[in-house]
Amino acid sequence: MLAEPAAGPSIPGLLDALRAAGLPVPVGTAVLFVEALGQLDEGVDSIYWAGRSTLTHSPAEIELFDGVFRSWWLDEAVDVASFVRVLQRPLDVDAGAEDDAEDADPRPEQSDGPDDDQDDDSFDGPNRSLRFSATESLRSRDFATLDAAELARIAELLTDLRLDGAMRRSRRRRPSRHGRRPDLRRTVRASMRTGAEPLRVHTTVPTRRPRRVVLLADISGSMECYSRVLLQFAHVAVTSGSPVEAFTIGTRLTRITRELMIHDADRALERAASAVPDWSGGTKLGLGLRRFNDGWGVRGMARGSIIVILSDGWDRGDPAELADEMRRLRLVAHRIVWVNPLKASEGYEPITRGMAAALPFVDDFIEGHSLDSLDALAVLVAGELSR
Amino acid sequence: MTDLAASPQLTTSDVLAGLGAQGYLPDDGLATAVLLALRMRRPLLLEGEPGTGKTELARAISAWTGGELIRLQCYEGLDASQALYEWDHARQLLHLRTAEAAGAIGSVESLEGELHSERFLIRRPLLQAISHQGPVPPVLLIDELDRADDEFEAFLLEVLAESSVTVPELGTFTAEVPPVVIITSNRTRDLHDALKRRCLYHWVEHPDLDREVAIVRSRVPDAPEVLARQVAALTASLRTLGLHKPPGVAETIDWLRAMDVLDQMELELDAVSSSLGAVVKYREDAERVRAAGLAELIAEARAR
Repeated sequence: MLAEPAAGPSIPGLLDALRAAGLPVPVGTAVLFVEALGQLDEGVDSIYWAGRSTLTHSPAEIELFDGVFRSWWLDEAVDVASFVRVLQRPLDVDAGAEDDAEDADPRPEQSDGPDDDQDDDSFDGPNRSLRFSATESLRSRDFATLDAAELARIAELLTDLRLDGAMRRSRRRRPSRHGRRPDLRRTVRASMRTGAEPLRVHTTVPTRRPRRVVLLADISGSMECYSRVLLQFAHVAVTSGSPVEAFTIGTRLTRITRELMIHDADRALERAASAVPDWSGGTKLGLGLRRFNDGWGVRGMARGSIIVILSDGWDRGDPAELADEMRRLRLVAHRIVWVNPLKASEGYEPITRGMAAALPFVDDFIEGHSLDSLDALAVLVAGELSR
Repeated sequence: MTDLAASPQLTTSDVLAGLGAQGYLPDDGLATAVLLALRMRRPLLLEGEPGTGKTELARAISAWTGGELIRLQCYEGLDASQALYEWDHARQLLHLRTAEAAGAIGSVESLEGELHSERFLIRRPLLQAISHQGPVPPVLLIDELDRADDEFEAFLLEVLAESSVTVPELGTFTAEVPPVVIITSNRTRDLHDALKRRCLYHWVEHPDLDREVAIVRSRVPDAPEVLARQVAALTASLRTLGLHKPPGVAETIDWLRAMDVLDQMELELDAVSSSLGAVVKYREDAERVRAAGLAELIAEARAR
């Protein structure tokens, strides 16, 4: 039991230690924590559970909280460095990362909202995906052959790219003159204007929304000269507004969507880089995919999504496992695109064990060594070309 | 029954006892989280592996407190007319025709007022929970929120923050007895930070062996205790095999029922093998379990 919380470990001390270890604790959350403490009996268990319920919001945060709490309770110096890696999340979340939360329209979706001018067709127009405007020789050059200045120019050009998934029907509906399903709400409303006589039956059509795109980027040693550009590509894709998720696969799987979700490209890349513990190491594609399937993909993220794997297919893992996981992914995904920078080299054959194991489950096997090829990828993902 | 949540004397052990009486056996952490949710009137956000009893908790709280269970199952495209309220347009149209046929159409204003009276209002789960008359607060279960889209989440945040709902034609409904709100998510995508900050959070784990035995025994009271323990032990060891879909508590209960139906007193290879489908739902997983050696797994489970 805690006799006197002020003596020895103190609550502000705990909050300080948590903040120092990288757990975001806004004042409102701290107040909530103290309020929760007031609801419970005294005792270290109460402090622990009150803290865990109010201050943490994910398994990673719980892990961090547990470690800090133990050190704090035992009155040990908190080893901050060892915790930062646990959370894999920067200390200060840039306002940009919160954009979507703030911008999201808090009002209920109005099914009788004003008719917007967009017809279904406008979604499919060729201008939907803004692609590169500049025509430069740089566009077709292999990233591996470029110098620093050229790569900087590439990063600039990349920002013109959008990665929008192909459109699919949404379950939401919107008013339209060409619909089949009656919109009784609007019909009743309109009848008020015509002396309670429903003259016209208003109708709705389903809206369309882009499919989610999931980027799985191989960041192992053999991909080193492409990793940075591909990560920049991921950043542009994630921040372009369409639903895009980004992961890295090396010897493990790391989700970097949150890290990339700020507009400042340099900082976003820095954040992503510090979140990924296995840069330029080995590759275990099968294991990485397995982690993805178990933790995210098969549970829902990959369902009906377009999966883009950016990898040269060099794999030190078990090809049978890779094939198994590709099969699982194939069962839930809408389409699997494998982007291999090596494919552009003359005489390339997909004979590496990993590539050969994965290929039967891949819908599109394309190159990804140059801007042109990433452009082609954007076109493919947007569904503007048939298979 | 009265409003348990309002009682300042409520303690964690009351929560344990209350939920236990409903056959739901939480660990201390979850019981504390429930206590805090009741006392602080904050939504409780539950995440965790499928099959760890997240949804079941709402049922148990409802049965314990006597508060009506109101469930909102989320799905993509869920919108206000499905979650909050909708006018019964078919009846409105009928009303219009009837009024016309009876020659009873007065001014358009009065007709419009009639059409937008409460008798034509269909209350969906969120409005039901907020306009609930009590005296016991209802339990509002918002299930699998990660399946709904961002737009709905933002909208839900507003409803939760205000505890009130405005129907333009009728006015504002404000919760007299704020509902106990349980939100579950399977983490197929991140929920917004703003929503998380409003909620108490608990990560639900698979129960330890003793707790799982107690849970399955309370659900299948007729099954022999030895068998219950062995089935729970075997299920727990299956969870360590790295299956695509590790079995949850619901699977343990199903399996025990299956064994009980087969009149088993203890785990036997034949019965386990033939009823494996009750716990393992993928062909690859079944292969993996058999490759790990069913006989050895059973021997281990019998020894625990």
